[in-house]
Amino acid sequence: MMASSYNAKEEDGQLSGAGGSGGVGAAKSKKPDNTAFKQQRLPAWQPILTAGTVLPAFFVIGLVFIPIGIGLFVTSNNIKEFEIDYTGIDPARPCYNCSQTLTWNSTKSCVCKVPFTLEQSFESEVFMYYGLSNFYQNHRRYVKSRDDSQLNGDATRLTSPSKECEPYRTSDGKPIAPCGAIANSLFNDTLTLYYINPNGTESLVPLQKKGIAWWTDKNVKFRNPGGNNLNNITAVFHGTSKPVNWQKAVYELDTDPENNGFINEDFIVWMRTAALPTFRKLYRLIEKKNNMIPTLQRGNYTLEITYNYPVRRFDGRKRMILSTISWMGGKNPFLGIAYITVGSVCFFLGVVLLIVHHKYGNRNNSAEIPN
Amino acid sequence: MSLQQPPSKPASSPDGTHSNREHTWQVKANDRDFNNQFTKKGFLCFKRRKYADNVIKTRKYNVLTFLPFNLYEQFQRVANVYFLLMVILQGVPAISTLPWHTTMIPLLMVLATRGVKDILDDMARYRSDNEINNRPCDILHSGSFKAARWRDVHVGDVVRLRKNQLIPADMLLLSSSEPHSLCYVETADIDGETNLKYRQALSVTHEELHTEDKLAAFDGRVLCEEPNSQLHFFSGVLHWRGGQHPIDNDRILLRGFRLRNTHTCYGLVLFAGLDSKILRNCGRTVVKRTRIELLMNHVVLMILLFLLVTSLLLAVGAGLWESRFSGSLEAIVALSEGFSPAYWGFVTFWGYIIILSPAMPMALYITFEVIHLVHSRFINWDLQMHFPEKDTYASARSTSLNEQLGQIEVIFSDKTGTLTQNIMTYKKCCVAGTVYGNLPATSKKLKPVDLCWNRYADGKLQLHDELLMERLRSQEDQDLREFFRALSVCHTVMVEEKDGDLLYQAASPDEEALVTAARNLGFVFLSRTQDSVTVNELGVERHYHVLAMLDFSSQRRRMSVLVREPEGGLKLYCKGADIVIFERLAPDSPHRDATEKALDGFAEETLRTLCLACRSVEEGFYREWIDEHHHANMATQGRQQELEAAYERIENNLTLLGATAIEDRLQEGVPETIRTLKRAGIKIWVLTGDKKETAVNIGYSVKLLSSDMTILEGKDLRTLLEPMQEEKSSDSNNIPRLSKETVWTNQELRDLHKLGAQRKALVITGPDLEFILRASDSAGGAHGQQVELQKRFVELASSCPAVICCRVTPLQKARMVELVRRYQGVVTLAIGDGANDVNMIKTAHIGVGISGQEGLQAVQCSDYSIAQFRFLQRLLLVHGRWSYIRICKYLRFFLFKTLSFTFVHIWYSFFNGFTAQDVSDRASLQCPELYRVGQYQELFGYRVFSVTMLHALLTSLILFFIPFGAFLPSALDYQTFAVTVATAAVFTTTAEIALQIWTWTLPNALAILLSIVFYFTLTFMLHSFILHQTWPKDFLFPGASLSTLRDPYMWLIVLLTVTVCLLPSLTARALDTVLRPPDLHRVHSSEGQRMSVSTVELRSGFQRDQPQRRSSYAFSQERGFGERIASGTSLRKGKGSRRAGRQGLGEQQ
Repeated sequence: MMASSYNAKEEDGQLSGAGGSGGVGAAKSKKPDNTAFKQQRLPAWQPILTAGTVLPAFFVIGLVFIPIGIGLFVTSNNIKEFEIDYTGIDPARPCYNCSQTLTWNSTKSCVCKVPFTLEQSFESEVFMYYGLSNFYQNHRRYVKSRDDSQLNGDATRLTSPSKECEPYRTSDGKPIAPCGAIANSLFNDTLTLYYINPNGTESLVPLQKKGIAWWTDKNVKFRNPGGNNLNNITAVFHGTSKPVNWQKAVYELDTDPENNGFINEDFIVWMRTAALPTFRKLYRLIEKKNNMIPTLQRGNYTLEITYNYPVRRFDGRKRMILSTISWMGGKNPFLGIAYITVGSVCFFLGVVLLIVHHKYGNRNNSAEIPN
Repeated sequence: MSLQQPPSKPASSPDGTHSNREHTWQVKANDRDFNNQFTKKGFLCFKRRKYADNVIKTRKYNVLTFLPFNLYEQFQRVANVYFLLMVILQGVPAISTLPWHTTMIPLLMVLATRGVKDILDDMARYRSDNEINNRPCDILHSGSFKAARWRDVHVGDVVRLRKNQLIPADMLLLSSSEPHSLCYVETADIDGETNLKYRQALSVTHEELHTEDKLAAFDGRVLCEEPNSQLHFFSGVLHWRGGQHPIDNDRILLRGFRLRNTHTCYGLVLFAGLDSKILRNCGRTVVKRTRIELLMNHVVLMILLFLLVTSLLLAVGAGLWESRFSGSLEAIVALSEGFSPAYWGFVTFWGYIIILSPAMPMALYITFEVIHLVHSRFINWDLQMHFPEKDTYASARSTSLNEQLGQIEVIFSDKTGTLTQNIMTYKKCCVAGTVYGNLPATSKKLKPVDLCWNRYADGKLQLHDELLMERLRSQEDQDLREFFRALSVCHTVMVEEKDGDLLYQAASPDEEALVTAARNLGFVFLSRTQDSVTVNELGVERHYHVLAMLDFSSQRRRMSVLVREPEGGLKLYCKGADIVIFERLAPDSPHRDATEKALDGFAEETLRTLCLACRSVEEGFYREWIDEHHHANMATQGRQQELEAAYERIENNLTLLGATAIEDRLQEGVPETIRTLKRAGIKIWVLTGDKKETAVNIGYSVKLLSSDMTILEGKDLRTLLEPMQEEKSSDSNNIPRLSKETVWTNQELRDLHKLGAQRKALVITGPDLEFILRASDSAGGAHGQQVELQKRFVELASSCPAVICCRVTPLQKARMVELVRRYQGVVTLAIGDGANDVNMIKTAHIGVGISGQEGLQAVQCSDYSIAQFRFLQRLLLVHGRWSYIRICKYLRFFLFKTLSFTFVHIWYSFFNGFTAQDVSDRASLQCPELYRVGQYQELFGYRVFSVTMLHALLTSLILFFIPFGAFLPSALDYQTFAVTVATAAVFTTTAEIALQIWTWTLPNALAILLSIVFYFTLTFMLHSFILHQTWPKDFLFPGASLSTLRDPYMWLIVLLTVTVCLLPSLTARALDTVLRPPDLHRVHSSEGQRMSVSTVELRSGFQRDQPQRRSSYAFSQERGFGERIASGTSLRKGKGSRRAGRQGLGEQQ
């Protein structure tokens, strides 16, 4: 970029005429400092924009953005993703029965199995998500319906939760832990994955349930009352009631004390409310065991669902997503395409401006006065 | 009202229109109880004393009233009320998004900042009030004069004043230490004229009230008109000892006069404090608002409206959503707590009002004030507006008007003390066709002529013509001697000897300059008696017997003296305007052409000229004439006419002596400044209390008028406005004729317009103006025609590049400003130095006071004070322009920023079931208000506002939907989303600023850098674990930024978003660069064009002869001292005039 360095208000200084420099003699206490700042004479750098400096900027943007876009697009395309809707709206679908009979009050679990086939093998580590649609987890009243102090292990809040939690604050006169609508609506389907060997036998795909929550959430934001590493967690939660929709109490979520109570990672993930009504949440990790074998081979699988979570009332959908991941997260061609588009638009604009400049730009040269 | 019915016998005022005023104001000397009994209805049923005391109170608050009054004032701002509402809403749990105190704190900060500033301002006012109220004066109390302060003065008090003191209240002059109770006053603070004026006591009080005892026993009662604003008229009657003595303006000393050359004087206070005429003229102090601020208020209102509508729509959306979905969504349905969707819609409405509140630019007001303060400091610091002689700096007394300095379209300027220094200097003369005093063009530093041979020289005259000196001293050139003799004899100056030095007192500064010049050149006017003048002519003392003094009047424009020379000859010396003198010259008078040429030359240099002539009078003619004169003098009817006829008979057949040229010295750099301002498209109106001739002459010398201009004077104006008058007077049945007349006038106006902008000037005098302004007098509802007339006048005046108003009162000055403000809707600036400009300064959008002069009233009421007129150009063109540009830029950005944030909220609503989530109110707090850097030319108006609005809309769309697209199928939560959008928004706005900054300086580069650093620091701080652990409920985002900003994918989203956001402005900028030369260049080229256009000649029906403008001598509009000299009233004790006195005084009454 072309630029000229000059003493900022030189020409304005000339305006004030004869007496301008007169202040030198009378140096009194009243006299303001003759500093560059006070006299607004700071050294300044004035970028002078000309066609020669502006037009290349467009081409540069174009040239930088298009490769980035292509890179993003390719990366996104390399991500393998498999998604299956197991809601069971269609009577032909395996979970139809479950979905029809299920309500929040059902005590008996309904189990259904959904078979599917992976056309490609998933080589690297695989993330297993559950997805919900039409679930307004970002609704204002919903989002506010929680007590972060309680979740942070505040013992007093455990027994008397915040008013924000109403009407999920108390149940049968006992305080609910964890209180609030978010916790109450915890996603409680259990998903199990079986690989169907070529010989027809099913083998369980090992799913890892730890490491799915943010480190900060697990270690800072969520804490069990009286510390995380407590063995008799049941005692801690004594005197509290489980959320009305839950089948188990909060201290029964897992057997692992590291993953029980408020620091249960499924729970933490759920409590991190989604930004949009259609969202997915990380459910499990499938680690790569052996370098020789892909994490998930191509072939037939069965997804076994313990169907607990009713979505039919609000016209919702439940999905299970398997995805490999890259540095940019999940599969999403949007950004790549956007980058390519913007880069091309810039390039195009550059060309248009260049043409405009050549056609109309010259006539003004006469009017330019050297600065 | 009053207990005693006043015997309302109208006073015999010389002016008929003022004589029939009702005298309902009753004052009794030395009787406070009597004067206190008059009451008037005050607030509610309380009766207040009718007569104001002399305490001036300009401060607005006291300790108790500060809080309520100040809060009331502040809550007149829409935004403040809005935020108060916000605080209240936040207190409602169902609606609140943030704890109420988070909203309370900024509101309190705003109120406190403003409040502190108001306190400081008020303290300053309090101090200045105190200073004035504690000025000293002596009040007669229980028999003797006691030292007191101005605040103690009450109506009816007798006050003693000493030389050089200021008069504390409007008083009736009772007596003075001078002969005939004359009293000299300087009225510069009142009407801007600096020559001495005299006031004279009634003969009855003069004779009776000499001593303290007598004054203490004085029990006269004055019945006069109610307090009013007319400075030059007064009517009243003094009832004393059974007699009735009419009082006119000559007996009155007004508050603000300064006593000069008078040892002591005694006065009876008639109007005190707020009743006094000068304060009646002061006008109310109104809080000035800049256009930008008004615009801002409108914008705020528009935003408010927009918010309401948006919130309403969103609330309806929420209601609909609620009724459609929430019933089925169990997780939420329970939260409805049994309320209907309509209820939730209602709650949502208020919720949105809160959520969208970042769009309400409250911080704008604070930062606005901070910017103003900094700009004001810049003005105060400016060394280039420092006036070394008086060591004064420019000072911004009001801190909220800076940007308006960049929008001035009309400047109203006072003349005396502002444009001119009010120093008259003798410059040149032309005697017998030879011009003396011309400087050779080559010599720059010429030594002034040595005048030490003359013991009377005052050493102030700077004359550079040796030739004149030589010829004078050689005593051969009779023409020269006669010329200077005329100067030293023919005048009405009075002389006072003080410490061996001569002090001249003249009715006009010109006269003083001439007599002083003659004195310095050896023709020293020594003393005067009623009938003689003593002159020392080059060392020889000569006595002239003055036989007749043919005094000056504004019609005659000349004066003469008839003297008997020591040798016995009779001589008439005459001086006057050139036309008048030339008309009366003897046909064979020599040097006519040469003098005329010299006069043209003088006029070219805008010197004020005067011709001198003389004639010898034969004894016989004299006797005949003196009889006639005496006869005329005795005439009971038409005395003035007869006298003038007599004068006419002797003032002819004159021999031309020569001409003088006086310079009315301008303030430094005035013509240059005016030229610059005119080039900047600013119109300059001169409003002066001075005479027309003087004003017009100054108009020429400051280059406001030029010789090729058509000057529209009172007569033309009347022609133009005549149809209006007829329209007014004639009945409505005469419509056809009237409309025809109007058409004619329009034709005339069109002709005028054809004259082109550069070719007309308007000169109007006070009385003419009064005719136009009269409408404002008639209570409020000025009738249509008068409004039409005023409109027409303003339109006409505005089409002239120069307007000069002479003989205007302070009130008229203010009315003029108001008129232009009302009908033209332009930003006005008034500049002046005296108390007579105060009203005008208060009325204009911006008032500028010239500091360092004696009177401080103007400065105290002004918004800015500068030491010299020339600094105005720097104030306007540099500070004003920068200020304006910066403020506009800042405003545009602020709105852009807030609006884009707001719009993002709205887009988000569509995806969260219309239940707002505070994505970025925190983010907007995190945006430091450092966005005010930038010095790029941009106007801020509704157009720009809407463009900004659209831009903000577009930006917000991009800001929302690109991250939205990128997030769509992912597992990312709303906190991540919020941080991404906020980061992108911060970068966008910052980059947008960087794009717009025209000149980069270190501070603004730092500011931008800091604002980004600040953003991240704040974000991390707010998202830190510590804060979360301490207040888990208030800080819900622990680690959100940490995990977000670690993700390269986020950065790619941010980069794309920012680029796309910037693309429109980048393209616009590029197009601008490619297609147009930059602004700076445009300015240069258009200037060249304008100059070439103005040379095109356009003459039309209004073409007139070149106006005679040579005779610009500043004769006093009032009559000179001549009559007093002739009657001997003005002469000092011990110096001549034994017969002086009574008879003269009797004649006066």
